[in-house]
Amino acid sequence: MSTPVAIGAPRRLVEVTVDGQEVRVPEGATILDACEAVGTDVPTLCYGDTLTPRNACRVCVVEVEGARTLVPACSRKVEESMSVATDSERVRHSRKMVLELLGSSVDLSTTPGVPEWNERYDARPERFGPRAEPAPLGERDARHAGEHEVGDGTVAATVEQPTKVDNDLYVRDYGKCIMCYKCVDACGEQWQNTFAIGIAGRGFDARVSTEHDVALPDSACVYCGNCIEVCPTGALSFRTEYEMRNEGTWDEERQSQTTTICTYCGVGCNVTLHVQDNEIVKVTSPHDNPVTHGNLCIKGRFGFQHVQQRRRD
Amino acid sequence: MDLHFLDAVPEDSEREAVDTVLGPPESGWDGGTRQASDLRFAEGGHTARGRRDLLLPALHAVNDRVGWISPAALDYICRRLTIPPAEAYGVATFYAMFSLNERPRRVVHVCTDIACAAKGSQQLCAQLTERAGPAGAEGGEFTWHESPCLGLCERAPAAVSFEAGDPPRYSVAAPAAADEIVPAPGEVPAQESAGAGSPNGHGPALNGGRPRRRTFSPETLPGPAPEPPASAAVPQAGDPDLLLLRRIGVVDPASLDDYRANGGYLALREALRMGQSAVIREVTDSGLVGRGGAAFPTGRKWDGTAKRPETPRYVICNADESEPGTFKDRVIMEGDPFSVIESLTIAGYANNAAKGYIYIRGEYPRALSLLENAIELAHARNLLGRDILGSGFDFDIEIRRGAGAYICGEETAIFNSIEGLRGEPRSKPPFPVERGVFGKPTAINNVETLVNVLPIMQMGGPAYAAIGTGRSTGPKLFCVSGSVQRPGVYEVPFGASLRELIEMCGGTGTGPDGAPRVPRAVLLGGAAGGFVRGDELDIPLTFEGARDAGATLGSGVVLVLDDTVDLAAILVRIAAFFRDESCGQCVPCRVGTVRQEEALVRLSQGAGPRRTDIALLREVGEAMRDASICGLGQTAWNAVESAIDRLGVFGPQEEQPVKEVR
Repeated sequence: MSTPVAIGAPRRLVEVTVDGQEVRVPEGATILDACEAVGTDVPTLCYGDTLTPRNACRVCVVEVEGARTLVPACSRKVEESMSVATDSERVRHSRKMVLELLGSSVDLSTTPGVPEWNERYDARPERFGPRAEPAPLGERDARHAGEHEVGDGTVAATVEQPTKVDNDLYVRDYGKCIMCYKCVDACGEQWQNTFAIGIAGRGFDARVSTEHDVALPDSACVYCGNCIEVCPTGALSFRTEYEMRNEGTWDEERQSQTTTICTYCGVGCNVTLHVQDNEIVKVTSPHDNPVTHGNLCIKGRFGFQHVQQRRRD
Repeated sequence: MDLHFLDAVPEDSEREAVDTVLGPPESGWDGGTRQASDLRFAEGGHTARGRRDLLLPALHAVNDRVGWISPAALDYICRRLTIPPAEAYGVATFYAMFSLNERPRRVVHVCTDIACAAKGSQQLCAQLTERAGPAGAEGGEFTWHESPCLGLCERAPAAVSFEAGDPPRYSVAAPAAADEIVPAPGEVPAQESAGAGSPNGHGPALNGGRPRRRTFSPETLPGPAPEPPASAAVPQAGDPDLLLLRRIGVVDPASLDDYRANGGYLALREALRMGQSAVIREVTDSGLVGRGGAAFPTGRKWDGTAKRPETPRYVICNADESEPGTFKDRVIMEGDPFSVIESLTIAGYANNAAKGYIYIRGEYPRALSLLENAIELAHARNLLGRDILGSGFDFDIEIRRGAGAYICGEETAIFNSIEGLRGEPRSKPPFPVERGVFGKPTAINNVETLVNVLPIMQMGGPAYAAIGTGRSTGPKLFCVSGSVQRPGVYEVPFGASLRELIEMCGGTGTGPDGAPRVPRAVLLGGAAGGFVRGDELDIPLTFEGARDAGATLGSGVVLVLDDTVDLAAILVRIAAFFRDESCGQCVPCRVGTVRQEEALVRLSQGAGPRRTDIALLREVGEAMRDASICGLGQTAWNAVESAIDRLGVFGPQEEQPVKEVR
C-alpha cells in the first residue's frame, strides 16, 4: 500500500520584469527571488534565508513601477506584470545612503560584502565627519526613549561601545550591531522560543537587550548560539573567534570547513566545523539542512572542546 | 514556552495596580501563589498568551500608581500575562512616559516644541533648571522633562504634570509659569496617599461587568490655574453655522442629556435606519477623505474593510494626535466627547465591526477622562453594548492610552501598540483593511475624520460634498498657533486661502514695540509638513491647492512664525523631534534623522562647510523619503527641505529641478 505524499497545491507562475528582463516565478515569491532567478545581485543585510524578512536595513530596496516609494526586495511579493528596476538612480542612491549611514554609525569591519558594495555604490561613510567616542559600557542601555543630548555636530554619533563578555561561550559586540532583528527572531518565536533577548529603547538608541540589560547567565539564554548563526555582521561571535581576533591569530584563509553529524543525540543535526591549525575554532550548521535549518543546541554548537585541548597549556 | 523570571517580589501596591487591570490571578500558573492543587493541571499555550494586548494597560497601571516600573513589577506583569521579560522590557522602554528607574512621583513634561519654543519655553526650562536641576534630574521632589508637542499650542508655553498615586492626578499649566508647576515643599507625598479610587479605568471589562473607574482623579494637582474649557480654544464657539465644532462651548462635555438635546445621536439613528451599505455609500458620495494627514478616501477604506470575509473586524479611532502644532482632536474630545463615541459607533456599524478602540495619546489626561465618562454614560443608555437602540447591532468601545510615542499615530504602529508589542510600524502591504489589529480587517480613522461622519449622516453625502471645492469636500479644522492674535481651532470650508484664515485669527498683530509683526513663514501640516513664505499667503487651503503650491495641509497645522523667531533653531528642534520619535526599525530613518540633526546643528552655528552640509542633508533626506518603512521617515526631511529651498534659511539656493509630486 502506498502512502500519499503531500506535494502542496501547484503554484501559479507570475510574470515579472526585472531590469527589462522578463521572468516567471511562482506566485508568492519575493522580488528578491525574481532577481535571483535572472541572476541579478541584490545586496542584503537583514535578510535571513531561514527567517521571515524584517526589511529593516533597506539595502535591498528596488524601484517598482508605479510605487511612490522604493520597496524592499526581500519581503515584497511579486505581482503579475510587476516591473522592477534594481539599478536605477533612485535605487543606487538609497543603497549608497544606507551603506553610508550604517558605515558611519556601526563598526562594519567584520561584515562580509560591505567593502565591495561600498565600491559599487560609491559609498563614503567617512563624509559624515569623525566618529564620536565609543560610549562606556552600559551607557547606551540606560538611555531613555524620546530624549537625547543634542551634540555640537562636530562628530558623527555611533553605536560603538565595548564588547559585552559575560560568559565563556560567546560575546556580544553591539558596536557592530546593525539592528537587523535576526538574533531576536531566531531566539524568539521563529526558532528557539527562548526569548532571552528583545529590542529595547527607541530610535537611534534602540538596542538588542536582555530584560534590564542583565548579563546572559542571568537571562533566559540557553546558549544554543542560533543568534550567532544568523548574525550578519559578527556582532555576535564565538568566544574563541573573539579571542583569536584580539590576539591577531584569526585567519579565515587558513580555515577549513567540514560538515559532519553531531554525535550528542539522535536528531542528527549537521554541524560544520571550522578548523584552523587543527583546532576547531567555530561551529556553524548548514541552513539548507531540512532537519535543523541551521539551528543547533548548546552541545552541537559549543561542545567541541573535548576533541581538542586548546588552552590546556 | 518556558519563561525565565527574576526572583524579585513586587510591592503590594504594584501587585494591586496590575490586578486592577487583569483581575486577581487564578493559580500559580498565571502569577499567583503556587498551591499544591496547581500541580494537578497545566495552563499555558494560546489562552495564556492571548492577553498580550493587556501589557500596555498593565504597564500604565504600575506607572500611574508607583511612578515607575520596577524589575519586580515588570516580572509580575510577565508572569500574569505569560510574556517573556525581555519582550516586555522592550515594550516598556519604547515609551517615553514610562521609566524603568526609580524616580519622584511627580513628573512634569514641559513642551519645548515649535509653538511653545516661539512663546518662551526656553526661559521656562531655564527657571526649572535653576530651581530643580537639569531636565531628568531625579534627586528632588519632582522631576521634569523636555517634551515634544503637548497639543496645547493655543496656550503656549505648556506643561503637563502627572503625579503617581491611587488615583493618579494631573494638572495642565498653559500658559505655564515656573511658580505654578514647581510643587511647594512637602506637597508631593513621598508615600502613596490613601485614596478611595483606583487606577486605570480602561482595559477590558472584569468579570463581565464594566469597569466603573476613571484613570485620573477628578481633582487636579494644586498649582496652575484651572484649565479653561475646551471652547476657549475655539474662537468661533457658539456659531450655529459650524458643522464640526457646533456643540463645543454649547454643551456640557460630561452630559449625555446635553449632547442629545443638541442633536446628539440623531446621526446614529439615521445610520441604523438606512443600513450598513447605505452608510458607506453616503460616506463615499460625500467625498470625505482622511484628516489625519494622508487624505485617503474614507468611503473606500470602509468599503474595503466591510467587504472582507474575515471576522471579527475592528474600527479604531486614532486619537494619538502628536503632530507638532496639532490640537484639533484634543479640542473635539474635550469639548464634544460624545460625538467621537457616536461617530465611532457609526463606523463600527458600517464596517460590521465587533469592537472599536480609541487610541488616545498619553499626554491628554482631560480628554481621556471625558471619553471614559462618555463611554460609561453611553453604555448606561444602551448607546453602546448589546442590541444598540433595539437595532440588533452589538458594539463596544475600549480606550487604549499611548505612553509618549509619536510613531504610535502611524496606523500600523497603533495596531502593534494595542497588541502589546513595540509600537513599530508594519510594512504594507498587507494594508489595514486586509490585516489590521490582531490580524483582522480594520478601519482606522482620525478623530476629525470620524466626526465628519455625523453631518454626512444627517445631511446626506451629496449635500456634504457640495461644501468645499473640487476634491476637497466638507469643512476642515485648522490648528492656528504662533504669531496670531487669536490662536485656536478654526472650522472653515475647504477653499479659504491661508490669508483669509490668518485674518480670521485677527492677523499677526503687533509686536511688543508696537510695530506690526510680519509673518516670516507659516508651517503648514506640522513637522511632517512644510514651510511656506510669508508672501505666499494666497495659497488656497485645499488638498489640491496645497499640493499645487508644493505644500501639504497634513493634519491642519497653521503655525505662523514672525521675523523674531530663530528659524535655524526651529529646524534643529524639528530634527531633534524626529530623532527622538523614530522607532529605530529601519536604517534610513534611524540613522538618517541623526545625521540630519548633526548637519543642521552645524549649519545653525555657522560651523562647517555650508554647501557640503546642505548637499548632505539633501542626500540623506532623499533616502529617508524613498527608502523608509513608514511615513515618519518619509516625511522627516520635508520641513527642513522647504525651509532651505523656500525660505532660504541658509542663504539662497540654486534653482532646484522641479520634482515630481510623490
